[in-house]
Amino acid sequence: MDKGYKNARVLMSEDEMGKILEKLTEEIYEKNKAEGRLLVVGIKRRGEILAKRIVELLGTKIDVAFGSLDITLYRDDLTSIDKKPIVRKTEIPFNIDDRSLLLVDDVLFTGRTIRAALTELVDLGRPKRVELAVFIDRGERELPICPDFVGKSLEVDKSEMVEVRLHEIDEEECVLIVPR
Amino acid sequence: MCPDSSEIKGLKRKDLLGILELEREEIELILSTAVSFKEILERPIKVVPYLRGKTVAFLFFEPSTRTLNSFSLAARRLSCDSVSVSASSSSVLKGETLLDTAKNLEAMKLNFVVVRHSSPGASHILAKNLTSSVVNAGDGCREHPTQALLDLLTIKEHFGKFDELKVVIVGDIEHSRVARSNIWGMTKLGMDVSICGPPTLIPRDIDKMGVRVYYNLKEAIKGKDIIYVLRIQKERQAAGLFPSTREYIKLYSITEEVLEKYAKKKVVIMHPGPVNRGVELAPSVADGMRSLILPQVTNGVAVRMACFYLLPGGTGEGRGMGQL
Amino acid sequence: MSKLIIKNARVIDPFTDTDGAFDVLIEGERVKEMRGRGKSEERKGKREKGRMKRKERRVINARGLLVIPGLVDMHTHLREPGREDEETILSGTMSALKGGYQAVVCMANTEPPVDNLGIVKYIREAERVCDVYPVGAVTKGLKGVELSEIGDLVNAGCVAVSDDGMPIMNSFIMRRALEYCKQFGIPVISHTEDLNLSSGVMNEGIVSTELGLPGIPSCAEEAMVARDILLARFTESKLHIAHISTKGSIELVRRAKKEGVNVTCEATPHHLSLTDECVRSFNTNYKMNPPLRTEVDRKAVIEGLVDDTIDMIATDHAPHADFEKELEFDRAPSGVIGLETALACGITYLVKPGLMDMKQLLRKFTVNPTRILSLSIRGISAGEYANLAIVDPTCEWIPQKFLSKSKNSPFIGKKLYGKVLYTLYKGKLYEW
Repeated sequence: MDKGYKNARVLMSEDEMGKILEKLTEEIYEKNKAEGRLLVVGIKRRGEILAKRIVELLGTKIDVAFGSLDITLYRDDLTSIDKKPIVRKTEIPFNIDDRSLLLVDDVLFTGRTIRAALTELVDLGRPKRVELAVFIDRGERELPICPDFVGKSLEVDKSEMVEVRLHEIDEEECVLIVPR
Repeated sequence: MCPDSSEIKGLKRKDLLGILELEREEIELILSTAVSFKEILERPIKVVPYLRGKTVAFLFFEPSTRTLNSFSLAARRLSCDSVSVSASSSSVLKGETLLDTAKNLEAMKLNFVVVRHSSPGASHILAKNLTSSVVNAGDGCREHPTQALLDLLTIKEHFGKFDELKVVIVGDIEHSRVARSNIWGMTKLGMDVSICGPPTLIPRDIDKMGVRVYYNLKEAIKGKDIIYVLRIQKERQAAGLFPSTREYIKLYSITEEVLEKYAKKKVVIMHPGPVNRGVELAPSVADGMRSLILPQVTNGVAVRMACFYLLPGGTGEGRGMGQL
Repeated sequence: MSKLIIKNARVIDPFTDTDGAFDVLIEGERVKEMRGRGKSEERKGKREKGRMKRKERRVINARGLLVIPGLVDMHTHLREPGREDEETILSGTMSALKGGYQAVVCMANTEPPVDNLGIVKYIREAERVCDVYPVGAVTKGLKGVELSEIGDLVNAGCVAVSDDGMPIMNSFIMRRALEYCKQFGIPVISHTEDLNLSSGVMNEGIVSTELGLPGIPSCAEEAMVARDILLARFTESKLHIAHISTKGSIELVRRAKKEGVNVTCEATPHHLSLTDECVRSFNTNYKMNPPLRTEVDRKAVIEGLVDDTIDMIATDHAPHADFEKELEFDRAPSGVIGLETALACGITYLVKPGLMDMKQLLRKFTVNPTRILSLSIRGISAGEYANLAIVDPTCEWIPQKFLSKSKNSPFIGKKLYGKVLYTLYKGKLYEW
């Protein structure tokens, strides 16, 4: 664990995370099985990994396609930071017009990331419907954004950050609460 | 909305004045950012809101359509407002100095100033006197950094690497800012760089920049992966630097025949444009399978977007109000 | 009559070949007495002090300081008449005084140029605070076509002729100028530059190549140095080469001197201390003509000064207005000011590293220009004008402000050693 995380406490283990993701996927399946087709789009970077796992869990049960969104250029807080986040590619290799689309992110907090993602989606096409799945909803919204699927709801003090750590990026798998 | 600290990078400078002063990591950052921006250019709506409310001024003291259009498009794709100050409408003809111009631009509260000027170091004068980020779009024969960056991106896309690639730059090296910027960039990225041209157009001591010098085209292109052809300006002939265009073509023009006989099969041809067809480059080569000239143009927009993204862009409040 | 005693000073005077401890007594405009500081004399000095105290006088304790004769600059541009916004004869001579000079030789490229009696008279009569010796134009209007009335110019007070700033491209005119000047015993000062080769703005080499600035090759200077040496040898005339800057030129002069050609030359403070690497900043205070050269050339200038191939250090003091210097490098005019930093530059780059002693350095600032121009300057001795400077040879300072009307110095912000603390001109004391 990096130095910055020495005061962090573990909120969720790898096992628990696996169970929650399965439950989340099941709910998504139930709601979308009638449609038969679903576009799963993860928000970079951890939402993308979770979306990929959901797609894997859905398997062949319904027709799914996978994409990812980099929302850096749509953020509303860039005027206040002088260093530049790395811009990654948005990769949606299909037409999103008139299709049901599921946005996936790791932690829902202020709602600003989702606002940015929605703005970007509108620039890419006009989906029939957009739903939102988040792994953790920690409350404290600043915008009228409401998730359709929630892995786990938490009440966390504003001064703390919730971090979802994933093998693919972090070499560990857990949910942490980190004091700012 | 808080990315990891490892996710945050930027250029280590306010301005982009040349490739000489860039570190290898900065060049790589610009190129990888440009790759991400290329996706935007494929969208139905080719605009992102990143620079909404920001302003760029284009200050072109030398005529240029291609570079100006490319910068202008890059700014628009990022939702940046722009104003154009061309040489004919600027106050230069009325005796205004570049320093006066800089002071005026500063009062306009701009975020970016893109400048092309016939004097080497002109962009340095602006950079020193402006809180805005200055992008050098060509200063005399010194540097044209965004051209080299788009060339490097084109090379990266085609070959997937830089290390050990062999390139020869052919033509009027002496008067070419494109050659200088590319020599710096290519050598920093580990490429093997040669130059070739008539001795009268090869500047003194250029081997000290880390390049091999050839006068004979046939020898120069042997075994090279890339032939980078420069535009030959006819006024150089008038200045007595070579006897005639006819003789230049005979000795240095890249034709199918020369390529067939002396170059590698998989060689690619690059050119900063506009091409003097039939002079430095045969039309069939410029339009042929080996040519990367059009990808270069596409990459120009993406690279310039990346530069606008990665530079701080000042506060847009001029001096005294915002901090740098 | 005002009296001044400079006590405990080390007097170094190449005119009289002096280097020793003296008290210098000055009365009115002239040096009254040089009193040695041997032990017995020290006692005598004390008695004298008691007696003198009653009178009006000033004492400067110069312990640790040097007293040197006022310097002579063989190459100054005073800009008057024509560009009084850049420098006047008054401001230029004030600048010279501050640099420790007692006399400057001013070049002919004023507007209008010094090619007729009227302008010489104008300069001779203008207000000044130290001596000014005008140089006349070799050719009318500095055009390099027709000789000016050199006899008239010399009669009116010109000490040499030069078209400085403009090389005399026509070899025939240069030959005639050298020949014609023999009757007056004055040197022709040559600005050696082949204009057909020198269309650049800085030295041609790796730095100009990297910066994309057009270069001036060293051979542009060397070709003309060679031509002028050949002409001087052929005509057996007096040739002085201004602001020599390349290794090749210096070698040509060295050989010519060995062969007995009547040639002398000067180097500027900036060519002995700076190189073309400075231009990378695009600071136009590093733009001059001849341009700053390479480190190899700079070392050759130092070597030439040490072995006396180069006879003197002359400033080529060339004031330019801010609004002209604050241009793009290739558009700005060439030239830098130098009077206020020249001696410090010599001390910093020649004396401090142990390449020459103070007396040899001073010869290059005093005796040699005096000899070449046959001036009537005679150093510090009883009965002579009190034209001298008091110098702290180890003082470390950074040039920022100048008395010159122009501020285009390449030494702004650079650390120098050796500072002129006082200058006396005809007994008048200036404290800096």
